[in-house]
Amino acid sequence: MSLIEFANPSRFLAASGRALPWLSAATALAFALGIFQIYFAPDDYQQGATVKIMFIHVPAAWLGLFGWLLMSAAALGTLVWRHPLADVAGKAAAPIGAAFTLMCLVTGSLWGRPMWGTYWVWDARLTSVLVLFLMYLGVIALWRTIEDPTQAARAAAVLTVVGAINIPIIKFSVDWWNTLHQPASVLRLGGSTIHPAILVPLIVMAIAFTLLFLSLHLAAMRNEIMRRRVRSMMMLRAGAPAGS
Amino acid sequence: MHLGPHAAFIVTAYAVAIAIVAGLVAWIVLDQRHLARMLEQFEARGITRRSDRADGEKW
Repeated sequence: MSLIEFANPSRFLAASGRALPWLSAATALAFALGIFQIYFAPDDYQQGATVKIMFIHVPAAWLGLFGWLLMSAAALGTLVWRHPLADVAGKAAAPIGAAFTLMCLVTGSLWGRPMWGTYWVWDARLTSVLVLFLMYLGVIALWRTIEDPTQAARAAAVLTVVGAINIPIIKFSVDWWNTLHQPASVLRLGGSTIHPAILVPLIVMAIAFTLLFLSLHLAAMRNEIMRRRVRSMMMLRAGAPAGS
Repeated sequence: MHLGPHAAFIVTAYAVAIAIVAGLVAWIVLDQRHLARMLEQFEARGITRRSDRADGEKW
């Protein structure tokens, strides 16, 4: 089966229905392994036990960015190929990406208070991530404002593509500006600066969070397809002769 | 496991993460049940999608 055949909503529902239980099981397994490793991970020599917040903060940040990249890819599908399943993928990813970005902001704030002495500073990294969260809310609001899904998809796709400029700004903000937020320590050219005893649980948790994101996204896409079917039926019913 | 002097911050961070994930899962599951119920109601009234009929429809 080619990719374009798979991009048919009915085929997608059938294939995702088969994949979702396996993906959910893999997510649960990855989280069990990650939590087991976090339990035995040593304290950091500077941060102490607060390093454990990093095991959720860093993957949440990555998934917040991943969500927007996914939406940007879907936006291209909407704008270039006008494929309705791309609309569905973009719309379904927005609330999930927003939730992970919120998780990143809150857990980062809770880490910042004991480590930096403050919950929040207006430095480039924190501010650009806050902007990402607000852009997610903007996309969600746009989808809810425009009633016609096709028109809403195009407007949301344009906002998504324009908003993608913020992704490299977030990534390189710690290099371009003098920030309180520490520079990259995992995804960097010279390799990770983190000890394997902490890096391994972090990577396992990142895999678990990614599987969770994909599971939730697949389930949300299935819901969105059903929502469009309900809408089609409502319109058919509205157009039906009186008394039918 | 000893969480040190900042245990409250660590526990709160994990509680927030669990609450956000639980909220997402609950939203998706409840939405799915609501939509499935609506589709069943339409089908029970004999309203079917065009794709189930001869002229076809993308959804």
